[in-house]
Amino acid sequence: MTTSSTTVGAPEAGAPAGRARPGGRRNASTSTIDSKRQWWGWLYVTPFTIVFLLFLVVPLAYAFWMSLHNKGIATGGQSVFVGIDNYTRAFTDPIFLAGLARVAKFVVVMVPIQIGLALLCALVLDTLATRLSKASRLLIFVPYAVPAVIGALMWGFLYSPRFGPAGDIFGLFGLDAPDFLSSSAIFGSLVNIVTWQWVGYYMIILYSALRTIDPSVYEAARIDGASGPQIALRIKVPMVSSSMVMVLVFSLIGTLQFFTEPTVLRSVAQGAIPSDYTPNMYAYSLAFSYSQFNYASTIAFALGIFVFIGSYIFLFATRKQSGLK
Amino acid sequence: MRIRTFQRGAAVAAALTVGLALTGCSSGGGSDDGAASGGAEESCTNEIAKPDATQVSVWAWYPAFEKIVDQFNESHDDVQVCWTNAGQGADEYNKFSTAIEAGSGAPDVIMLESEVLPTYTILGSLEDLSAYGASELESQFTPGSWSDVSSGDAVYAIPVDGGPMGMLYRADIFEKYGVEPPTTWDDFAKAAQDLRDAGYEGYITNYPTNGNALNYALFAQAGWAPFEYDASAPETIGIDVATPESEQVLSYWKDLVDKDLVSTDDAFTSDYNTSLVDGTYAVYLAAAWGPGYLQGLSDADTDATWKAAPLPQWDEANPVQVNWGGSTFAVTTQADDKEAAYEVASGLFGTMDAWKSGIDDAALFPQWNEALQSDYFVNKKYDFFGGQQINSDVFLEAANGYQGFSFSPFQVYAYDQQTQALYDMVENDGDAATALQTIQDSLVQYAQQQGFTVQ
Repeated sequence: MTTSSTTVGAPEAGAPAGRARPGGRRNASTSTIDSKRQWWGWLYVTPFTIVFLLFLVVPLAYAFWMSLHNKGIATGGQSVFVGIDNYTRAFTDPIFLAGLARVAKFVVVMVPIQIGLALLCALVLDTLATRLSKASRLLIFVPYAVPAVIGALMWGFLYSPRFGPAGDIFGLFGLDAPDFLSSSAIFGSLVNIVTWQWVGYYMIILYSALRTIDPSVYEAARIDGASGPQIALRIKVPMVSSSMVMVLVFSLIGTLQFFTEPTVLRSVAQGAIPSDYTPNMYAYSLAFSYSQFNYASTIAFALGIFVFIGSYIFLFATRKQSGLK
Repeated sequence: MRIRTFQRGAAVAAALTVGLALTGCSSGGGSDDGAASGGAEESCTNEIAKPDATQVSVWAWYPAFEKIVDQFNESHDDVQVCWTNAGQGADEYNKFSTAIEAGSGAPDVIMLESEVLPTYTILGSLEDLSAYGASELESQFTPGSWSDVSSGDAVYAIPVDGGPMGMLYRADIFEKYGVEPPTTWDDFAKAAQDLRDAGYEGYITNYPTNGNALNYALFAQAGWAPFEYDASAPETIGIDVATPESEQVLSYWKDLVDKDLVSTDDAFTSDYNTSLVDGTYAVYLAAAWGPGYLQGLSDADTDATWKAAPLPQWDEANPVQVNWGGSTFAVTTQADDKEAAYEVASGLFGTMDAWKSGIDDAALFPQWNEALQSDYFVNKKYDFFGGQQINSDVFLEAANGYQGFSFSPFQVYAYDQQTQALYDMVENDGDAATALQTIQDSLVQYAQQQGFTVQ
């Protein structure tokens, strides 16, 4: 899962709204000092702008240009302009739609589990102030520090019927271990890997948001007779709702772009995980295995459109909680 | 929030700087200033002995290949090989496909398995080597391998090694349970049952649903020829996957799987590798490179006794030999100096010295007659097989009987579809005919989508 692409815009979502920005519009009439200041401003953002244009805008524009063309392998590699034909094909492509349905299922199952666990851990750790809590905070966070590919490889071994511990553990009770890599179990196996990897990261975000709450609020609540669980649910959770929204957006986008874990596990479960398991994997195999770069660009863009619409609807629906309104 | 963002930004900037510095370092320091012919300056894995000569870049993943590259470079004054291992199989093909699409970045000479040659000839990415004299080499190679690299008068690659198939089996297991090694597929099914009845807890062999080229070879042994494709008429293709021959073979295996006499583990996973050598499978249906593969695996039974025998036959009176894998050297159309690239493609494995190293260190099976028929190769005794001369016993006959096989120009897609259909068949208890029809339909649809006229 990749959330790095989203982090650029993300802090805005969590930032408290309505903060007065320095250097506002008070002196609308531009003095020499102001225009000089603006000029310097451009200079400061130049390094970012160059990298942004060169490595994001230009490739995106090129991919979009490619998605409007087609090149059949039998037609001598001639690139033909086909307009939105590729998009019509993508949105009626049963493989792409099945992939979308599959990641939607992952969103429905995986996102609540991740956020629920992360919130629970954060709330419990927030109430504890012992040395143990510091240690467990670190332990929950450690899986996030393991690179996704290494994590998935490791789980591949743990799931392996021969090398994995499941056989021994189930054997203690006289049972046969389930095959975690069969087509019926692979969904749960993938949910498990991703949850293991990301709960710690979301937990740290929620935990740090909890730490910024003024303790006097709790004191007041306790004087009013609120119990521990009541404080957690009625005070703490609402007060970190903007961070919750941010974490949810991370998780949502990451899941829609699901790629790394199934790709790595595919090396040990090629039948259970087809090469078009998720839309991202479909785009990858189209481009690099089947040499269909044009249609792959279309699939990538179509997925981007879905992610954009999905995130927009979500942010609009939660604008109150996130403080965007 | 603010501070975190800044730190992240700084980290990214630092990473970028380091990245740029590293790239700068490798492109500046890695290669010599000689006349690199690959356009961009490339860094080689090997040392270039004569930096003033024309350099030809080569991608290949043969084991112990550096020795052969060094031999070539020492014996040539005008051309030097700059070798890179760009990954094995699909890893390398992905890079090559990207370089083709980009129009630059491909090596001058590339190692390709014969099954993917049509995939690249149709993209116009491989040079026709007949213009450089490759047609004259025909008599130096086995007929099957030559048919795989040529199309009419055109020659798109120089054969290197092959994978004629045989049956590697655990003589100790067969002996222990008092079962004779089978010579026909009927015997094979019977031996599977006999081993089980005698108390053997493993499987006679494994039928991997992702066994791409292996499954093709097993089908082909019954006379299956799924594709009719000729590079000289690239717009038309004949697709005939669901035939009585393939159905016969697939039903045979499905039956053994249903009786739980044959396992269906994915091939080339660590589970499978261990099962090959720890006695879980009694037979390894293998290509000539199989013995080399086996010897590289860990957790082997220490007291195992391996023997090689010919592949079981459908009709013992008319044996059919098949091939699994095998590789070639092709010259890409992006090569600057194609003359020099051809010299490398045809010359790297063009000496007996190179082949001695290929046979001993890399366990390659030569398609070059001089090496194939040399006493050194024919009479070589293999310690792994208790001194058996597996080449003269099994693989030479298999190699000579191989007639070639026509692959499709979208072979990766065809393999992916096959894996999916076979897996569904095994997992959901489907039947062979439906699985084959599924493959047939998806390939026809795909070919039409790509602009082929399907016959």
